[in-house]
Amino acid sequence: MATVDMKDVKKVYAGGVEAVKGVSIAIPDKQLCVLVGPSGCGKSTLLRMIAGLEAISSGTVSIDGKVVNAISPTDRDIAMVFQNYALYPHMNVYDNMAYGLRNRGTPKAEIDSRVRSTAKVLELAHLLERRPRELSGGQRQRVAMGRAIVRNPKVFLFDEPLSNLDAKLRGQMRVEIKNLQRNLGVTSVYVTHDQLEAMTLADILVVMNAGLVEQMGAPLDIYEKPASTFVASFIGAPPMNLMALKREGGHARLAEGVTLGVEPPATAATLGFRPEDAIVGQVEGKRALVLPAVVEAVEPVGAESFLHCAATGDRVLVRVSGRATAKPGDKLSITASLDKIHWFDAAGKRV
Amino acid sequence: MIGSSRFRTYVAHAVLLVGILIVAFPIYYTFVASTHTLQTILRPPLPLLPGGEFWNNYSEALLGGVNRIGGVGVDVLLFNTLVMALGIAIGKICISILSAYAIVFFRFPLRMVFFWLIFITLMLPVEVRILPTYKVMVDLNLIDTYAGLIVPLIASATATLLFRQFFMTIPGELVEAARVDGAGPWRFFFDILLPLSRTNIAALFVILFIYGWTQYLWPLLVTNHNDMNTIVIALRKMVSFADADTQWHLVMVTAMLAIVPPILVVVGMQRWFVRGLVESEK
Repeated sequence: MATVDMKDVKKVYAGGVEAVKGVSIAIPDKQLCVLVGPSGCGKSTLLRMIAGLEAISSGTVSIDGKVVNAISPTDRDIAMVFQNYALYPHMNVYDNMAYGLRNRGTPKAEIDSRVRSTAKVLELAHLLERRPRELSGGQRQRVAMGRAIVRNPKVFLFDEPLSNLDAKLRGQMRVEIKNLQRNLGVTSVYVTHDQLEAMTLADILVVMNAGLVEQMGAPLDIYEKPASTFVASFIGAPPMNLMALKREGGHARLAEGVTLGVEPPATAATLGFRPEDAIVGQVEGKRALVLPAVVEAVEPVGAESFLHCAATGDRVLVRVSGRATAKPGDKLSITASLDKIHWFDAAGKRV
Repeated sequence: MIGSSRFRTYVAHAVLLVGILIVAFPIYYTFVASTHTLQTILRPPLPLLPGGEFWNNYSEALLGGVNRIGGVGVDVLLFNTLVMALGIAIGKICISILSAYAIVFFRFPLRMVFFWLIFITLMLPVEVRILPTYKVMVDLNLIDTYAGLIVPLIASATATLLFRQFFMTIPGELVEAARVDGAGPWRFFFDILLPLSRTNIAALFVILFIYGWTQYLWPLLVTNHNDMNTIVIALRKMVSFADADTQWHLVMVTAMLAIVPPILVVVGMQRWFVRGLVESEK
């Protein structure tokens, strides 16, 4: 139905603060693009510029090939789901969903059939007469989605829509949003700070930091090949272990008595490996990174346990499946196989 | 509740009863006086219980008694006062809600200057600007008109500030959702802002209606003809009636009649009034 193209989009606020410093993203038709990053990275500002709620300082945003910089939010044919739902408190569910259609002069009969069929899809049919304050958080969330869907827009914009729900509901709504988006085939932009949401929802994942795109691509590609230490520590939970390398006489090493197992690339300044890519103990006959470590804390989660260890002056996290036998104070070796090690240069870029 | 012991309850009720007594007794006594003959009122002490002249006094007042003293009937007085009070209340609400809307939701040059200009007028009550206002009314030929009674009183900084405070609590997301939903400024005002403000409007209406109803100084200045008098002005004229003894029994009846409409407004809008003051529906 529609593509969304951002070309070198910048946002400079009065006073000179640059919130978005030149972002170009092309979202193909029917894809869900997730913008993820820490707070203040400009992801919400970018979304609001696509929506037209925020003026674009320079660059262009086009929807379906048409530049929309100067077009009002009303006429961009987008629908937005807000973090706090922004339901009209004095209207019942039906009117909340119908309001946008009424303002566009849709015939009454069509409004009615669209609202009712959308309500059915979202399992809201029995709640149409209720006011928002008589609904639970999850139901409000659904109404907010319904208000977007019923308009049948070219683009859905989601601004951290799940952050006000409890963990269980969040997981459930995540799946629902994904299914709905896929079934409806509407191009979507989704902003979140939750890397789990980002990984599971995205067709295209955009990791943002300080107003710039750090990395863009399929979620698993980003997970497997993070482009920088920032991405490495932001995507994946718990985050990747990062350890600084010391250069001595042209050779890189971590500390006394540590086998790197391999000569790192010439420019490497940091090595990283994921907690799930390391094992406790040593593997015979295989070249690997072996770190002597002391267990500082054990976090049993159930299906897995996390060992917080101190190794060569760094903190290292290791995931072991099931119940951990190690106790705080135990000395052990951490082994990471060489093909799972990521190298980053002094600027934090992947080598 | 802070305490629930029997003793505390008694004390609380005693305090409330004393309060009610202090507030209600003068009104009760006026009512009592309105049911006695002029002779009884003039011969103190006035009895504490209502007399038997209720129908006589009230029918005399309503059917020409007041007219004979002041030159206009009670019906005209009540009507004049009602027009003024409603005009002031509704006018103030319209003007203040619109100016608060402009100040909170629109970005225009000198926005804060306008805000402070409105704010500063709080320091200038009617009495301070009464002479220039009177001159303006004379020049505009508005003496002895309803417009002359109402217009100078409808600008209200207090109501504007109240609406401003309420509008500031409306989440920005709601405004944005309405924009995405295709609501222009007027649609947003009528479809969303006005319904959300209705408890505030009701509470303000009650306060402003009573404010308008009890106006004294301005109506006294701006009306010359008896048939433009408000009931408060008429009462004063009846008391200082020069040609004969003051008809106290009729004065008391008129006073009672003057109290009734504000009471009806308060009682009728009580639910809204309380809601508007304590909670905002969000």
